[in-house]
Amino acid sequence: MTDFPILALLAGMIVAATPILLAGIGELVVEKAGVLNLGVEGMMIVGAICGFAVAYETQSVTLGYLGAAMGGAALALVFGVLTQFLMTNQVATGLALTLTGLGVAALIGQPYIGIRGTTVGAVPLGPMREIPVLGPVLFRHDAMVYISILIVACVWYVLRFTRAGLVLRAIGENHHAAHALGCKVIVTRLAAIVFGGVCAGLGGAYLSLVRVPQWAEGMTAGAGWIALALVVFAGWRAWGVLVGACLFGGLTALQLFLQAAGVAVLGEYLSMIPYVMTIVALVIISSGRVRAAPCAPASLGLPFTAAT
Amino acid sequence: MAALLVLDSLTKTYPGVVANSAVSLEVGQGEIHALLGENGAGKSTLVRMIYGLVRPDSGTMTLDGAPFMPLGPQAARTAGIGMVFQHFSLFDALNVAENVALGMDATPPNLAGSIRKISTDYGLALEPDRLAGDLSAGERQRVEIVRCLLQKPRLMVMDEPTSVLAPQEADRLFQTLRRLRAEGMSILYISHRLREIRHLCDRATILRRGKVAGICIPAEESVQSIAGMVVGTQMTSPAGRVYTPGKVLLSVTQLSLGSDDPFGPSLKDVRFDLHAGEVLGIAGVAGNGQNELLAALSGEARTQPGAILMKGEPVGDRGPDHRRLRGLLAAPEERLGHAAVQDMSLTENALLTGWQGLHNRGFINWGAATSFARAVIERFDVRPPNPANAAKVMSGGNLQKFLIGREILQHPEVFVVNQPTWGVDAAAAAAIRTALLELADNGAGVVVISHDLDELMQISDNFAVLAGGQLSPVQRTSGVTAEDIGVLMGGTHATA
Amino acid sequence: MTVLAQLIAVTATMVAGGILFWFLGKNPFEVIRIIFWDPLFDENLSSYARPQLLVKAAPLILIALGLSLGFRAGIWNIGAEGQFIIGAIFGAGAGLAFYPAESAIIFPLMVFAGALGGFLWAMIPAILKTRFNTNEILVSLLLVYVAELILASMSLGLMRNPEGSGFPGSRNFRSYPSAHNAELIANTGIHWGVITTVFALAVACVLLQRHMLGYQIRLAGQAARAARFSGVNPAGLVIICLGISGSAAGLAGMFEVSGPSGQISIDFNAGYGFTAIIVAFLGRLNPIGIMFAGLLLALTYIGGELASLRLGLPSAAIQVFQGMFLFFMLATDVLVTFCLRWRSRMAI
Repeated sequence: MTDFPILALLAGMIVAATPILLAGIGELVVEKAGVLNLGVEGMMIVGAICGFAVAYETQSVTLGYLGAAMGGAALALVFGVLTQFLMTNQVATGLALTLTGLGVAALIGQPYIGIRGTTVGAVPLGPMREIPVLGPVLFRHDAMVYISILIVACVWYVLRFTRAGLVLRAIGENHHAAHALGCKVIVTRLAAIVFGGVCAGLGGAYLSLVRVPQWAEGMTAGAGWIALALVVFAGWRAWGVLVGACLFGGLTALQLFLQAAGVAVLGEYLSMIPYVMTIVALVIISSGRVRAAPCAPASLGLPFTAAT
Repeated sequence: MAALLVLDSLTKTYPGVVANSAVSLEVGQGEIHALLGENGAGKSTLVRMIYGLVRPDSGTMTLDGAPFMPLGPQAARTAGIGMVFQHFSLFDALNVAENVALGMDATPPNLAGSIRKISTDYGLALEPDRLAGDLSAGERQRVEIVRCLLQKPRLMVMDEPTSVLAPQEADRLFQTLRRLRAEGMSILYISHRLREIRHLCDRATILRRGKVAGICIPAEESVQSIAGMVVGTQMTSPAGRVYTPGKVLLSVTQLSLGSDDPFGPSLKDVRFDLHAGEVLGIAGVAGNGQNELLAALSGEARTQPGAILMKGEPVGDRGPDHRRLRGLLAAPEERLGHAAVQDMSLTENALLTGWQGLHNRGFINWGAATSFARAVIERFDVRPPNPANAAKVMSGGNLQKFLIGREILQHPEVFVVNQPTWGVDAAAAAAIRTALLELADNGAGVVVISHDLDELMQISDNFAVLAGGQLSPVQRTSGVTAEDIGVLMGGTHATA
Repeated sequence: MTVLAQLIAVTATMVAGGILFWFLGKNPFEVIRIIFWDPLFDENLSSYARPQLLVKAAPLILIALGLSLGFRAGIWNIGAEGQFIIGAIFGAGAGLAFYPAESAIIFPLMVFAGALGGFLWAMIPAILKTRFNTNEILVSLLLVYVAELILASMSLGLMRNPEGSGFPGSRNFRSYPSAHNAELIANTGIHWGVITTVFALAVACVLLQRHMLGYQIRLAGQAARAARFSGVNPAGLVIICLGISGSAAGLAGMFEVSGPSGQISIDFNAGYGFTAIIVAFLGRLNPIGIMFAGLLLALTYIGGELASLRLGLPSAAIQVFQGMFLFFMLATDVLVTFCLRWRSRMAI
């Protein structure tokens, strides 16, 4: 690819960061609305297989992503209906979503095991590809990389500058007060949950369509959980998710690079790095020793019933 | 005076309760109309119907001659009704401008500018960029009022606006309200503070048990006569008592403590002595460190060991269980979720603080726990008298009697109680006050933290004010005037 | 009322599962019969399947009992799978260290080591939670992946059978009597893990109903502030709940690896730690409920295997089926609340 492994590493970082960036930004919106959806892993893996299957059957990557988004959204909708209308416990329902999602994905995925997927080309960015250093790192990726960054920018803008974003944050901070002011708590939360499902689905599809690109059972391997950790790490800020995803992507790329280079440590221990580093990052953030301590939305995970 | 809002026989029933029964009321143009009544008299339900949060079962409303039945707050606002909430209405993590924008149906351009203009026009000083969580109670209320005024309402509804204000802040509020009235706005003013209603309001409608109990012109009535209409019967207040200080039981020195609540005040160098037989009243506006002080004394929050001496023993770093064994007991303000668990039975709730005498090597003696709960129920006339009832089905007054009784029957030597009669009916409140005085007569020391000044004047021997996390020096209650207290209560907020 | 709701949940799952099986081109009635009836009552199968029921249910129930304590207190240990694995590695390690010596002390030592392994692994999220306020859900879950990687490295490296001609996996405990968790009564499936589970059931019942710890756990789960006011030390409770659930999962892992599974191998862990979460909720965090839920899910495992052998039903279908159970159970919970509220309204 390039002469410098460092450039390959950085490019690899971006590819490794994209799935968790997508899932993370989706979950950020969900949590900003005051809902904790622990089903990210399940929605991601369903997105992964839906994306792969649709793309394989239709030979269209775009339709694949669309299928993945719908798969993730469908699962999210189940979570939304259960937690918002039937008032089930969010932690339990989210876990159920993950466990069921893994099963559903395995079920759908059976005929696709071992099949090589369609290749996804890079966006033709013309002369920008040839910029030294920046070109190979930033401008030779597929469209979803740029779309995901666009999504982060949109989420940041909407949350910060629009009325819809303000209402969403208000609901996450204090749903009773928001309700008293006439905000539609349940509808807003449902929309946020579905958005989270769409993003997680896309993130999963990026794994099975670009990063691997193949279908394997359990291929998300905890990416959904890392995305959840990412939201905490980011202190519930959109750009924080981007930074965290890059850090994490960098670690993953480094780990793969070291394994490929045959560093004399057992591969299993290198593979642990992303998980262990995520825990370390969580500890550093939660201990409040860093400046700008994170502030979780005050109504996060609490059930809401409109008082009559 | 032409009528702006007319309510005609509004009725609203909830399972088991008739919240409003055929309530009729008339608010004139440019009138400040008071809505009076005890807790549970049906004031909130009535207001929620006007603001579209609740639909009445029957009855009609007319606004400016046209039928009016808002489907939601938004419809009410469009029709020209503004609401100033007291609770649950500001978002601590959002700034003033965002909070104001949320209460409006469309965000106007240059909102910050409009906020500055309104606040200078009406003397409601506010900074649009500050976080709501960092504001004082008075400033928080100004946010509500500014939010309401920006929509140019014809009728502004205010729910208990002065309950969290220091007297000086309340005076400033009254000036603003009078000015709005002069400009032709109508105000529906809900309160149970009779004095301020006499000064401020043109007419008053009194609710009792969901029904209109009377309409009057407050300026022509005495506080006593209005109180008679509100309560229905004359309440007996506890007889005056003679206080002779005994030995020091509890000694608090240099007590400083950060708050659990990111927007709550920290306690700063609190110090006082509590003697045997003494009732020490601690006054102050809500949110000035009352919960923090209770947590520090109960043992829920830990401090330097020597900051709290119980009969000479340092207990500042010990938990509630240790302190209870030393005779230091506490009763927090919030009943459900703090003093009691709503889904647990009274017996299980009796165990909550009484467990140390009700288990054997960790194994619970349920028989003894039930007997203990029964004893509390009997002694304090808790109804319905069934220890198997869940806490959440009890009325506020009966649950509070149970919770105060639970501590008193454990024979505390020092008893710290926060808001003992908040949201409690008058009969239960009187019973609780009598029980606290009895406890002191029997040689215990009692600390009563309350924002009800009348209550403290009535039962306390000594008196101090908590403001901004700092406690004023303790003084004899008998020599204190309402003005003194007002100045103290202003505390650090007086300049805000 | 709750029993009725549970019956509704089970029936709804059967119907939804039937539709799922029908979509997969199977006869729904046949599949459901094979899963729920044949393992228990078919003459040819039940002699094999009935003992298997206890073998599969015991670890599920043991883990779920531990988890339910924490779940009641709002302490979410969802990394039981990791504690299960580490418990198994500790237990197996303790046994293999003595190979080929025979002694009556070896097995008790392995039991202790297994519990210790699970305990220590659970202490990581517990201590991070109490010291740094780190979210225990994420930490305990992420540690599952770490534990799985440790397991892989163990079965490929340190614990690999030196006489196994290079295949991954440890020595088999079946050929090491002192360390083997054998069937105690022939053809019943009862091994030491089953006995431990029955004992744990009794302890859990007493703990929750009669002991202060159970009371404090309930208190902390229903109202954290009230618990603190009562004198419960929240940090202590986190350590206790995670410690108990970790030890239980570790024990289950140790009994599994030294008995039914027989050896440390890359994938000896059959997802018991995750399924136990379903069991805990399905049993409504109540010991007796958990017992029934554990037996029910064990039945779906055995019946699922059978259906996959006989009809070629994909094993993932059973996983979906188990997930549906949980969804329907959560949904019918609401039904109970609504009915109670409705009834109390009628009473007034």
